[in-house]
Amino acid sequence: MSTFGHRIAHNGGLLGAIALFVVMFTIYTSNHPVGLTAAVAATAANKAVLLALVAMAQTLPVLTRGLDLSVGMVFILANCLASAIVVGTIGEGFLGIVAVLGVGALAGLLNGAIVVWGRLQPIITTLATGAIYYGTALFIRPGPGGDVQSDIADFATGQLFGVFPTSLAILLAVVVFVWLPYRNSVLGRAAYAVGSNEQAAYMSGVPVQRAKLLAYTLAGLLAALGGLMLTFNTYSGEASSPIAGNYTLNSIAAVVIGGTSLFGGWGSAIGSIFGAFVLRTIEDLLFVFNLDPLWQPLFQGIVLLAAVSLGAVRILRIRNRLELFA
Amino acid sequence: MNDPKLQAGTLPVLRFALDRSVLIAFGCIVLMLLGGALYSREFLSPEYLLQQLQISAFLGIIASGAMMVILIGHIDLSIPWTVTLGAMMATAVAGWYGEIGSAIAIPVGVLCGAFVGFLNGLGVAYLRLPSMIFTLGMNAVVQGLMVLHTGGFAPQDHATDAMHFLAVGRPIFGVPNALFIWIIVGGFITYLLTRTAFGRRVYAVGNRETAAYLSGVNTNAVIILCFVLSGAAAAFAGVLLAGYSTKAYQAMGDPYLLPAIAAVVLGGTNILGGRGNYLGTIAGVVLITLLQSILAVMQMPEAGRQIIYGVVILVMLLGYGRGEIDRK
Repeated sequence: MSTFGHRIAHNGGLLGAIALFVVMFTIYTSNHPVGLTAAVAATAANKAVLLALVAMAQTLPVLTRGLDLSVGMVFILANCLASAIVVGTIGEGFLGIVAVLGVGALAGLLNGAIVVWGRLQPIITTLATGAIYYGTALFIRPGPGGDVQSDIADFATGQLFGVFPTSLAILLAVVVFVWLPYRNSVLGRAAYAVGSNEQAAYMSGVPVQRAKLLAYTLAGLLAALGGLMLTFNTYSGEASSPIAGNYTLNSIAAVVIGGTSLFGGWGSAIGSIFGAFVLRTIEDLLFVFNLDPLWQPLFQGIVLLAAVSLGAVRILRIRNRLELFA
Repeated sequence: MNDPKLQAGTLPVLRFALDRSVLIAFGCIVLMLLGGALYSREFLSPEYLLQQLQISAFLGIIASGAMMVILIGHIDLSIPWTVTLGAMMATAVAGWYGEIGSAIAIPVGVLCGAFVGFLNGLGVAYLRLPSMIFTLGMNAVVQGLMVLHTGGFAPQDHATDAMHFLAVGRPIFGVPNALFIWIIVGGFITYLLTRTAFGRRVYAVGNRETAAYLSGVNTNAVIILCFVLSGAAAAFAGVLLAGYSTKAYQAMGDPYLLPAIAAVVLGGTNILGGRGNYLGTIAGVVLITLLQSILAVMQMPEAGRQIIYGVVILVMLLGYGRGEIDRK
């Protein structure tokens, strides 16, 4: 197979997600009463970037054959914390942002430490730590409320040069300055190796423990960034368990739609971003087509189920039945 | 075959043996009751204990089904809306068909749940999709159906007398009916796991599906049946919950997913499948119900409750011993 053909085959999931998103977004904008204006784009971007960041966060542990069920809780914790400390002058606001991101990274590090040194299963570890983070968020903000530094918030949710949504630029910056360097670093490659085959990775001298620790820490950091962006959108914090659960579950769906294997070692955070965009565009489509609100949850559920069922085409390629159980 | 432990007859006993995790879990239950007794004498009164067991029964029935799925190395995330589905379909059928409806309400609710489980099983067994994501999608579909059902048809949401009686009635020596139902469900699951070929196959599939398949086990059938049991158990618990709170309502199953999984895992069942016994699940369910109840009685705010809940799960699991290091 040529190099080009190989690359296409290797990124099939990602390309599929991008194609799906482009089709859906074209249908959306062509049916939107106003069309694609800067304001429409910014609103759509602000909503989609939140899930995209959380989905990126989810991708990192999934690549190591783990799972982070606490991303939604870290997201909410960052939201509540930001509504309390990202206030005052612009300088104080930026200090607050650093603190929020630090707390997110610390939450991720705690997950990683328990998984690596405590050797508990990631799914059950993050289930328990998720309760702890949610409790902390509730402690900070027992009822909805709070405030946020409005200059930073307006900038982060507005448009660059009056056209390009700033939130999308932030997402792009995360890809360029966090994801791509991570993907090409020793520990990033190690994460893929660990996800493919942990024993083989260990035998080859791959730093298994550090790779896992970094993956969970970065996941916490990205989820916290998502929570920060949520605060900029809503100007308040709310410790809502349904929102946290919703984001956790949708992040897993976005990861799968983006072509990342839940069995680890295969996929990319960029795919997850488009997976998140697809999920968000579905909701927008329902809006422009004026679907009866009663039918919306069912329609969303069927699209979600159909999208993840696309993964079943894998079994058509299998020649030996024993590969089914891999 | 000289090793006496490997004789076929002793295996069921071994599976029910008190292992370390079950001992720790029961130890913690006793400690919590004693600690509670220091706070208030009420904690050791038979009335309080019976009430806790009655509340445990709902979680216990859900956890019984969740355990079957976890034992084969999968997970059922469609539990929340399957619980709601069971409750809503049972009450709706009672409203639509009058006398006959009331009689068939409970079986219909359970069958609806079993059908959702059947679809889950088909997706996981034949499409080979990860159970985590397929059951998640199924949960969303069932949620959509229930929103449409309640919003579009405005069905009856009041529980029938029979459901109310099963959930809160105490006709025999003041022991709640719900507890008897849990005992029956638990006995049935224990019988399945320890005395039937199907039970052996469940453990075999959970340990290594390839090996089970090569040994002639119809692994797809095992997977489907486990999901059907999980769906039926969740829906049945939903029917009882509707009887307990006298009506079915949206999202009534949401608070039960994580406690059910936590209870199964705290009972020593391996989340990756293949290991675990029902005695542990009983311990896990009682432990979690008791923990929630004691924190509520102490008037701990929700924030503190969540944190303590998470810390207790982590500390107990770390106490059970860390996983084997995977490097051989």
